[in-house]
Amino acid sequence: MSRDAVLSMRIPVLEASSSARDRLRRDLRVIADMIEPSARVLDIGCGDGALLGYLASEKGVDARGVELSQSGVNACVTQGLSVIQGDADSDLDAYPTGAFDVVVLSQTLQATRQPRRVLETLMRIGKRAIVSFPNFGFWRVRAALALRGRMPVTPLLDHAWYDSPNIHLCTIRDFVGVCDELGVRIEKSVTLDRHGRPFALDPRGSLANLLAEQGVFVLTRGAP
Amino acid sequence: MPSAITPRTLKRPDTDWPGYRLVVREPLQLDCGVDFGPFTIAYQTYGTLNAERSNAILICHALTGDQYVADPHPITAHPGWWSTMAGPGLVLDTDRYFLICANVLGGCMGTTGPKDIDPATGKPWALSFPLITVRDMVRAQKRLIDHLGIETLFCVIGGSMGGMQVLEWAASYPDNVFAAVPVASAARHSAQNIAFHEVGRQAIMADPDWCDGQYLDAGRRPARGLAVARMAAHITYLSEAALHRKFGRNLQDRNTVTWGFDADFQVESYLRHQGSTFVDRFDANSYLYITRAMDYFDLAAEHGGSLPAAFAGARSRFCVISFTSDWLFPTPESRELVHALNAVAANVSFVEIATDKGHDAFLLHEPELFETLRGFLNGCAEHHGLART
Repeated sequence: MSRDAVLSMRIPVLEASSSARDRLRRDLRVIADMIEPSARVLDIGCGDGALLGYLASEKGVDARGVELSQSGVNACVTQGLSVIQGDADSDLDAYPTGAFDVVVLSQTLQATRQPRRVLETLMRIGKRAIVSFPNFGFWRVRAALALRGRMPVTPLLDHAWYDSPNIHLCTIRDFVGVCDELGVRIEKSVTLDRHGRPFALDPRGSLANLLAEQGVFVLTRGAP
Repeated sequence: MPSAITPRTLKRPDTDWPGYRLVVREPLQLDCGVDFGPFTIAYQTYGTLNAERSNAILICHALTGDQYVADPHPITAHPGWWSTMAGPGLVLDTDRYFLICANVLGGCMGTTGPKDIDPATGKPWALSFPLITVRDMVRAQKRLIDHLGIETLFCVIGGSMGGMQVLEWAASYPDNVFAAVPVASAARHSAQNIAFHEVGRQAIMADPDWCDGQYLDAGRRPARGLAVARMAAHITYLSEAALHRKFGRNLQDRNTVTWGFDADFQVESYLRHQGSTFVDRFDANSYLYITRAMDYFDLAAEHGGSLPAAFAGARSRFCVISFTSDWLFPTPESRELVHALNAVAANVSFVEIATDKGHDAFLLHEPELFETLRGFLNGCAEHHGLART
């Protein structure tokens, strides 16, 4: 598959975008567009609060966050965001069922100790969950392993194998599989190419699993 | 009713300490069952209360703290205990906020405590002073806030026992606290902390000069017992790393050990100094009463054993802060508090600050603490409609 072939499949984002939106990382833009104004949102692994800050100021959401790094938490609290220092494995259990309209787990699932359990918790505390993660089935990842015989290092997986926080990598097909196991409904999915541009492919198909560098999934409780 | 308060000096028969005094006539119903009063609250203020009375911050002091947050201590002449935090342009910005700090009930810096005269006997209360709780301290502060005509406190903030008062405020008066900042604190006093307090109390009570609590009548002071209590407690405020960094095994003004029990080591000399200066400014019976109040503090127990229940009606925005090397109020205590607040979907931020300074970190220049607080308060001020100055 050539690079041009990959690019030709993308569907450009047509809607007009504000400058605040433009400043967001592309995958966060995709997530931001999935969130209704005034929603109660919990962003787990919220980093420096880029998404939360945007959602709070531009969409008037009730924005809460969980972040592991002290620098990230400080950056958030300094912006006036409500963020607790903690992690997805240990600090979500206290939240009541259905506490949030949307729970966001962006590029974090693969770094959790128990991703399956984290997913269950997301589905419990959120009416909807938006999960994005790097696709380990992406052809460049596969090529690094198959052709070069090395653990892949890509812009999304930018750590050497020995210091990577990503301890539970999965492919899009794996993720769809665990959703099926948990009885989680995939309400919507967007696959992103390596430039973070969205393109529409069936997440259950082989092509998505090969061409997407990352996937963004909107999940709800209940059978498909 | 003052809409703008500027510091002035009130004369008392025994002191000319700066600050204000409010005599509360209506008795306070204490947790121990006693109706207590009238009593005096000694307090200090900084900055100006705005016309809407919406910019007041109540600062709650710790076990051995007092109302002199940002001006020199009237006995020791040391700078106020939070003078790095509170003042013009500082985190607790007196150009923007109206700061209030009251000496706690049972204290010894002007608010009625065991060293004061029981009007019924004409003698010092000593051990006939009723046992008080953190909730009683907060009830007394509420009287003061009512007196000042402030309906909603913009913020209630405090470290250690001050943090306990913050939590009690948020739980007892959820409609009157916009933002709550408990620093290096917990929703209950741990067994280990009760144990340390008991060591301190026993040291005081073992001093013959304590005279079964009647030392004022006897014209004596249990200085040695109180100093030992302070020395033991002071160790718990530091960390092994901080002690090592500060003192190591260095000797005090000598090249070799003296083969005796003099203060050979710098750390011994430091502790002795901490103990001996403390007795100049603190009352031994107050130390007994206030440590007991901390021991009795268990916010969950006050609400049927459930910590989330304590915050069921909480509408405040919380900022919980702990320090990595604090072994007196370790981070898991703060985390438990955060989880309880999460359970009621309260608006909460939580930061654990990396430092080797131990529990004392909340009193020291800790840039991360200042930065976090400044950001949190700015965000809250925006939501509370307090214009930036």
